[in-house]
Amino acid sequence: MDWMPIGVFLAFVGGVLGMSVYFARKARSAAGYYAAGGNIHWAVNGIAFAGDYLSAASFLGICGMIAVAGYDGFLYSIGFLAGWIVAMFVVAEPMKRLGKYTFADALDAKFNNKGIQLAASISTLVVSIFYLIPQMVGAGVLVTPLLGLPHYLGVIMVGGIVIAIVATAGMTSTTYVQFLKGGLLVIFSLVIVVAVGYRGLTTTPDQGGAVPFYAYAELSAQEVDGRLVVADPLWEVLGTKTVADTALVQLRREEQEYWFKKIVHEGGISLHECQFVAVGSDGARMINGAPESAANPLRQMGNLERIAGKSGPEADTGPLGPFELLAVIGHPDTLIRIAKAVRFEDAGRQMTVYAPSFVSGAQIMKPGQRFKVEGTPLQKLDFVSLMLALFLGTAALPHILIRYYTVPTPAAARKSTIVAIAAIGFFYVLTLYMGLGAMVSAVVNPADNNMSAPLLARSFGALLFAVISAIAFATVLGTVAGLIVAASGAVAHDLMDRFFGLNLTDKRKVMAGKLAAVCVGVIAIVFGILFQGVNVSFLVGLAFAVAASANLPSILMLLFWKKTTSQGIVASVVVGIVSSVGIILLSPDLWELYGLQRGDSPIPLSNPGIFSIPLSFATLVVVSLMTKGRQSVDIN
Amino acid sequence: MLHEPASKSGPDPAMAYKSRLGAWMFVIYALIYAGFVAVNLLAPATMSSELLWGLNVAVVYGFGLIIFALVLALIYNAFCMREERRLAPGKES
Repeated sequence: MDWMPIGVFLAFVGGVLGMSVYFARKARSAAGYYAAGGNIHWAVNGIAFAGDYLSAASFLGICGMIAVAGYDGFLYSIGFLAGWIVAMFVVAEPMKRLGKYTFADALDAKFNNKGIQLAASISTLVVSIFYLIPQMVGAGVLVTPLLGLPHYLGVIMVGGIVIAIVATAGMTSTTYVQFLKGGLLVIFSLVIVVAVGYRGLTTTPDQGGAVPFYAYAELSAQEVDGRLVVADPLWEVLGTKTVADTALVQLRREEQEYWFKKIVHEGGISLHECQFVAVGSDGARMINGAPESAANPLRQMGNLERIAGKSGPEADTGPLGPFELLAVIGHPDTLIRIAKAVRFEDAGRQMTVYAPSFVSGAQIMKPGQRFKVEGTPLQKLDFVSLMLALFLGTAALPHILIRYYTVPTPAAARKSTIVAIAAIGFFYVLTLYMGLGAMVSAVVNPADNNMSAPLLARSFGALLFAVISAIAFATVLGTVAGLIVAASGAVAHDLMDRFFGLNLTDKRKVMAGKLAAVCVGVIAIVFGILFQGVNVSFLVGLAFAVAASANLPSILMLLFWKKTTSQGIVASVVVGIVSSVGIILLSPDLWELYGLQRGDSPIPLSNPGIFSIPLSFATLVVVSLMTKGRQSVDIN
Repeated sequence: MLHEPASKSGPDPAMAYKSRLGAWMFVIYALIYAGFVAVNLLAPATMSSELLWGLNVAVVYGFGLIIFALVLALIYNAFCMREERRLAPGKES
């Protein structure tokens, strides 16, 4: 085992915990616990915003999705950043002027209504848990290559550390931890991007000489009397299988099993070697025909087959500038090998074959690999739904809203947001380079793309890998801490103190918050283990959809529509939660997670926003108009 | 205690101006963002056309949306600061 990365990792986590203890002394009161006493400098708060926002989804998930789906992953970067426009121009200052600590308080600012307190606190809890799941999944994937621990231990470790931070310190510590982590994440991401450009592009990436390039076999074949025959007689065809439009061929050579992808073209039939995992009925895992072991892992994949029409050594580019790098990868005559998982059952074995797809650079550098913008009307609707939820979700996230209260004035909140947009926007530009860099550097784990960015860093050496993994781990720690603070605030303050009217003392409120933090943390740990392997950006996209559906209509209408009533807000929050979560639970992606066929899901949409957000708005308007005689609100 | 503002802020005479300006800037950005979605749906082939420095429309539009968000935010802040100074107590409006 390489102890250097572990040492860096432990030093970083130790530093985070040390900072928490140090700042804990400032969190004696409830105000200090929840909102850092309202005295954080706007510049620090802006970078802390970035630290909060650049979660596992941004660093691990977006880079991972770009590494396997190209520009489609970058859509998340665009949408996540655009969401700040809603936060900046529409929500930031009016919310700050309300001067409340939690989402529920802000909504309840004028009504003092039990229904709002209950609905908003439940909404905060639901959104926080949805957002916590991908963070925990990210934590699990991080520790596997770093510490050699299984996924579930990584999830438990993050959960345990964060519960300790929140239960001992509260928001004050997380603000400074987020500031440090946000700054370091942007700086070291830039280091990776500069390294990618300096190394340039090649058709035989070998991770700086550390991992020899594996040249996948390509065979020619032909149909003879309806049977497939390989030109090289050493290969014997055992069978063929077509799964979801992918034609696979099972071959044998020297008693070793192989799977190839069959591609029919004008010149005949070509067979392309795949990696595969076979799990027997006894649970034994075979990788590429041999038992899984440290010496026989699933190989990292992704490489360029042709660079701007050239292949072999003459295709090597040498160092490339930032625009040049994107232009060469996006060249119509650049060809990229990416792996797509095909799952089926074969002779009692659960098979996963990672079949290669050869995609032109022009296709990779525009939407279409994951979100079928040229597909059916339903697929187009799904794309619109995603973009809508990303745009409207940011301002409705409970752990982002709570940061508005940690600066002294509305103007400081505005400046914080500008600093955040600058830092986050710059980072999101870098995600395109990191994702594409991973895609062409043979560093993508075909079974779980979430680790693409850290594994890209490892191709530049163990030190960069150690540092970036430690920062990514701290990213997860910080984001999870912010979310748990928001969730515990919802339980202790909104539910116990306000809704149930327990009239807790200041000290007991903090104690209740800490107990709630432990409970929410445990729930997040369980879900983090269950959702292993799902792309974390996709999961965060769902959290955005729930937040945009449940919270945003209420916030916007409360701020800008004088006829808003408390009944309208309660109905909107409830309808937003139920409709968005309901669509997600019945969607093709969750159906697949349940072990069922995607095509059998009752609702064919993956992203609920296109229905649930307008429905929540409409509910608020209709119910408010129906109950308008009873009360109204005027924020100004 | 939990129902008090994190820190007190007095009446803001520039509030109406800032709300109006923010709404306009939101509309401008939302239209350009919607344009990005619309081009992808209605003319997807356009996205792969080369536009600038070897980069295609998809990349330039995507980067542009990110940069434009920051530019709008800076403009918004400058106008808000000017109005806040103009309407600050002790200054003539």
